Amino acid sequence: MNQIVREIGQDQLKTDLPPFKVGDGVKVHTRVREGDKERIQLFSGIVIARRGTGIGETFTVRRISYGEGVERVFPVHSPNIEKIEIDRESVVRRARLYHLRDRIGKSATKVKEKRLAERKR
Amino acid sequence: MKLALLGKKLGMTQIYDSDNQLVPVTVIQAGPCPVVQVKNPERDGYHAIQIGFSPQKESRLTKGKLGHIRKVGVDPVSRLQEIRLGEAPEQKEGDVLNVSLFSEGELIDVVGTTKGKGFQGVMKRFRTRGGPASHGSMTHRRIGSIGLCQTPGHVFKNQKMPGHMGAVRRTVQNLKVLKIDAEKNLLLIRGNVPGANGDTVLVRAAKKTRKAQAA
Repeated sequence: MNQIVREIGQDQLKTDLPPFKVGDGVKVHTRVREGDKERIQLFSGIVIARRGTGIGETFTVRRISYGEGVERVFPVHSPNIEKIEIDRESVVRRARLYHLRDRIGKSATKVKEKRLAERKR
Repeated sequence: MKLALLGKKLGMTQIYDSDNQLVPVTVIQAGPCPVVQVKNPERDGYHAIQIGFSPQKESRLTKGKLGHIRKVGVDPVSRLQEIRLGEAPEQKEGDVLNVSLFSEGELIDVVGTTKGKGFQGVMKRFRTRGGPASHGSMTHRRIGSIGLCQTPGHVFKNQKMPGHMGAVRRTVQNLKVLKIDAEKNLLLIRGNVPGANGDTVLVRAAKKTRKAQAA
């Protein structure tokens, strides 16, 4: 990519991002506009993928909601994302946790937590 | 007609706009374009302005072109473009046009040469459907029938056939200028423009704008 093109949008990148990784349990605070009112909506789940670089980077959060799997893709640097909270860190051995989609029941939300993994060592 | 600028398509990226939406943008380095010649009705029969773009080494220009450019005291440029005008322009020969011609939020047209695709079949070139993929079909991406029998006895004009595709002049109308960087001579335009990265394009104020678009 052209150097000048690459620099465009650099000032729109967020600098205060928490260092969340694939496998982490996160809470995503999104700004939702309803008419002329604005409120914060929460979406919590497991990060199952992070893709792209720079301003186009996105991440996918998966959760089980009323027994139904729900996935949402968020742009990392979107101004509509107020805050990303890391609930629990975990240790995973692959970059995309798409295999969670095929799991049913308890195992669908279970990812090895960092705390536990460290104790084992 | 209004003035225009020559520019270089640098590439595409995305930015967040004022509505917090991620929108695709094309980055164009437009100008600075020195005015090389002003044409007037007395001498040339019409009003026009000739602008230059893209600085070039003297040794790369023909003597004729160099003399033409040097006559008005402008640094050598590789590209020249004439822009027809309705009336005499304010600019004189030797003046320099830059991105200040445009403003953020303005609608513009971009003229360029599309990417060449070489010799292509009808499916890619004209989006025709082609034949069935299976069930014994042997006309997968072929053209099919090109006409009738003895009456009319010839193939009609404009029959879609394989041939050379792309590398033609095209205009994209009513693109919005999202951002201007006067220091770096950059225009950030919403959407795409014809041509490959690095190609020269012409940027002018939109010629045909619907009222709804202008708002």
